[in-house]
Amino acid sequence: MDSSLRKVQDVWEQDTAIVEGVDISGPWNRMFGQRVIWDYTPELIDEIASLPGAESFAWCYQCGKCVPVCPVDVVGDYGPRKLYRKAQTGISLLDSPDLWLCTTCMNCLRVCPKQVDMVQIMPAAREQALLSGRPLPAELQEALENTARYGNPLGQPPRKREAWVKDAGVPVPILHQIQRPVEWLWWVECYPSYHPRGIDASIALARIFHALGLDFGILGREEKCAGDSQRLAGERGLFEMLAEENIRTLSKYEFHHIVVTDPHALNAFRKQYPKYGGQYDVWHYTTLLARELPRLRPLLTRQLPYRLTFHDPCYLGRHNGEYDAPRQLIEALPGVEFTEMPRCRQNSYCCGGGGGGMWLDSFAAGRQRRRLSEERVLEAVATGADTLVICCPYEVSRFEDAVKSTGHEGRLRVRDIAELLAEAMGLIGEEPAKA
Amino acid sequence: MTLAVILKQVPDVVEELAIAPSGTDLDRDSVSYVVNEFDEHALEEALLLREATGEDVVVVGVDTTGELDQALYTALAKGAQRAVKLVGDFEGSWLSTRALAGLLAPVIRELSPRLVLTGVQAPDDLDGQLAPTLGALLDWPHTGVVVGTELADGVVRVRKELWGGIMLDLELATPAVLGIQAARATPRYVPVGRVRQAMRESTIEEVEVETPVESAPKLSRLRAPEAAGRAEMLTGSPSDVAERILEILRARGLY
Repeated sequence: MDSSLRKVQDVWEQDTAIVEGVDISGPWNRMFGQRVIWDYTPELIDEIASLPGAESFAWCYQCGKCVPVCPVDVVGDYGPRKLYRKAQTGISLLDSPDLWLCTTCMNCLRVCPKQVDMVQIMPAAREQALLSGRPLPAELQEALENTARYGNPLGQPPRKREAWVKDAGVPVPILHQIQRPVEWLWWVECYPSYHPRGIDASIALARIFHALGLDFGILGREEKCAGDSQRLAGERGLFEMLAEENIRTLSKYEFHHIVVTDPHALNAFRKQYPKYGGQYDVWHYTTLLARELPRLRPLLTRQLPYRLTFHDPCYLGRHNGEYDAPRQLIEALPGVEFTEMPRCRQNSYCCGGGGGGMWLDSFAAGRQRRRLSEERVLEAVATGADTLVICCPYEVSRFEDAVKSTGHEGRLRVRDIAELLAEAMGLIGEEPAKA
Repeated sequence: MTLAVILKQVPDVVEELAIAPSGTDLDRDSVSYVVNEFDEHALEEALLLREATGEDVVVVGVDTTGELDQALYTALAKGAQRAVKLVGDFEGSWLSTRALAGLLAPVIRELSPRLVLTGVQAPDDLDGQLAPTLGALLDWPHTGVVVGTELADGVVRVRKELWGGIMLDLELATPAVLGIQAARATPRYVPVGRVRQAMRESTIEEVEVETPVESAPKLSRLRAPEAAGRAEMLTGSPSDVAERILEILRARGLY
């Protein structure tokens, strides 16, 4: 070996080197040995990717396409790429507040070249956190305990689930009372049964169904939460218990189709219940009403002088592919002006309520510049709309709160499509039906 | 050594309670039960002690509802090692605290625990008599309104809440009986999957007990509270309402 070749910790230099007359002595000819770069550890990636369903966490190649479309990153510092990078640098997702911030809105998966699927990774990681006894945010714990005990996350009495029916003003058949088959089993779900603004939409929808002469019935007190958001929040055992009980209840009655108010229930029935033996033909109410438009349109007799914009629910749009039905219904409303928000359809923003976010509001708000619902309300206001149209029961309370907290009270109203249709049909007034 | 935790079910008041036609009992068909909230804290405190000292936790209850299993399995899923259920002919009766303590005392003596933890009170034991009565029957020291515990050699150090925010630290020789007001941490969450696993894999030990002969007073009639109708809604502008509130306070000599 050339005696002038000096080796210092895998660094080579020749003191004297002249190549084709050019003096490259000393540092000018420096070379480095091979080495493995260990500025990260793979263990915390494996910790997640080894969980059933979460394998794709390890497929991330850090391209970063997911970050700008992540609704949480818009108001904070988030995105699947960042979660992966943090795990590389020693931050365990299971012990990080990041674990609870994903709303499973699925916009990242839409653009991910490697199909890193947070919709499956998050519930698996959260379940692992719960099973290993890690503490969970108190507000989420309360919602899960309420769901296990009362069949709804609000902690409301199970027997009161059908109490809204007495204010409907039209017959709402309850299956355990009528004891006859129906064509449409209406799965009302928790917020439309208990939350005051959810009840407003339920009453509007009941009146529309009645006006259309639909043969429908509800389960009333026998219905329990469909459980999809609890599943996505990591409580698979609770979801399985609810699914088994609901499937058992449904097996007692004869019906042809299920119509749901809540896109999260739609998702549960379409994608999860079949695994437990529950096979149903399930429709979101906007899809059903859009199909009924030829009969519905002549009944839309009142002019609505509103400027509308529409928020696509993540679990209706991206998760279940329904973008058109709500728009067909909006466009059928006489007298309205309709403007899309910049983020709409496949790239719609998220209200922050999905994936357990409904029960993590304070937890998330403390870690973000503003709530996702507030960001969305500002976007709606910027269109010049006076009414933000929704068709998911999580959204009404989230957006109405956001209208107040962003100082737009009196300038933007939040209304369910069912409320607007019922108003155009003369079935309710401009004010909520129950008020 | 073990830590014994007593769990009791009480009517869940989230549904409106109805009185049975007999007039001396709740309408049991419409009642659902929950574990007494303070007992949940007693269990949590015991689990925290277990994490510090490695003691076994055994949960004990008298099955007066026929539905105690769920509560016991949940406790096992949370981390208790054993569950003991006292069964007998209790249907249609509410056990007095004295009778409950009488049933529990011999079973607990048999377990020879280092500590007995129970809720400081319950909706049917508002005076918080269970811990003192058990202590008296077992001839072990007892205290109530406990908000923190620490086990040491032969003693338990407890923090007890007095009045006006004053705390009292004291030491009791073990075995001792504690009425827990609040655990040091929020009672933990247990995933439903874990509870179901406990239901499949664990066994609840049963002990047959005789129905106690009660010397307690007999209940003659239950009544729902009557609305007093004294509420007055104040209406008008905020300043009108404020003025009216001041008037009311003045009229009662409070301002």
